[in-house]
Amino acid sequence: MARRSAPEVNAGSMADIAFLLLIFFLVTTTIEVDSGIPSKLPPPLPDNVEPPKIKQKNIFQVLVNQNNQLLVEDDVMEVKDLTEAAVAFLDNGGGEGRDACAYCQGDRDPESSDNPKKAVISLVNDRQATYAMYTTVFNELVKAYTTLRNRESSRRYNETYESMYMRYKEWPETEKETPEYEKLQEQIDEIQELYPRNLSEAEPQNI
Amino acid sequence: MSKFKKQKSGDLPAISTASLPDIVFMLLFFFMVATVMREDELQIENNLPLANQVEKLAAKNKLVYIYIGKPSAQYQARYGTNDVIQLGDKISTVSEVQTYVNTRRNDMPEDIQDEMMVSLKVDRNSKVGQLTDVKQELRDAMALKINYTAKQGDPMRNVRNR
Repeated sequence: MARRSAPEVNAGSMADIAFLLLIFFLVTTTIEVDSGIPSKLPPPLPDNVEPPKIKQKNIFQVLVNQNNQLLVEDDVMEVKDLTEAAVAFLDNGGGEGRDACAYCQGDRDPESSDNPKKAVISLVNDRQATYAMYTTVFNELVKAYTTLRNRESSRRYNETYESMYMRYKEWPETEKETPEYEKLQEQIDEIQELYPRNLSEAEPQNI
Repeated sequence: MSKFKKQKSGDLPAISTASLPDIVFMLLFFFMVATVMREDELQIENNLPLANQVEKLAAKNKLVYIYIGKPSAQYQARYGTNDVIQLGDKISTVSEVQTYVNTRRNDMPEDIQDEMMVSLKVDRNSKVGQLTDVKQELRDAMALKINYTAKQGDPMRNVRNR
């Protein structure tokens, strides 16, 4: 019997089929943005409860007006200088006695904040400000906290806060009972306690 | 002479397209891996701002999305050109936020209800006013964990290219 080679299969339409699938996926899917700045809202205030009093010198006032201009502590400021100003305020450590801050490296100006635990950044936005400006300002203020946490964490544990936090978040689910994990958690809590994120947004209002 | 005739008369051989499906399949797999199915059909403009202090969002089943932005061109006749809120796949009013969030929370398995996070996808050109109202509603609904969803990037570019 004569051996005949198998006839070649025509694959010309294969590309068309693949294109069809490709176009289906192009249309029905999106590249999802899966990152963002996390934040916590304050719980609703019960009626007739006075908000706690905060000393004026412990408040860092940040205002954004309808023209996206920034007013920080009654001075006009550019956004790029905001982080530096916030770091200087938080890290001031001007308190004495019980309020003294041993780990602060700031100017110890008695007119500025006592210590990072008491210092509050208050952010007030005009309703007409754009969201782009809002996120940028918010981002810069968060960066101030991260900078300080990184500094303190490097000094204590020779590792930045960000990298510790990253390890903490990506810890495998099955190994959360180990002492290493608990130690890491403890260190993160400690740093967070030294520089708590006291970022307050005022009740909505028009300025 | 007839020996050489055959060679001359030959047309150009057809270019093989055998690798074309492979190339297209490669693209297809890239898209299958890098993208996800559309969650909600957006009826508004939604160009997210950039930020560099971002964290990865929580798992998808713990997320509730709220979109804010201008209605896109084909919806402007109906909803105007001011910023609107989109819940799920329809444009809604501020007063519906609480109901929506509570419904979504009740749909979640009981053990992750406390970990619910609201992802605020706000167009970078929209005004803060609408967002402030939404945040107030979220406070009242006790949905306190929120996330300003933003792309990874240099935030200073938000302010410059407006």
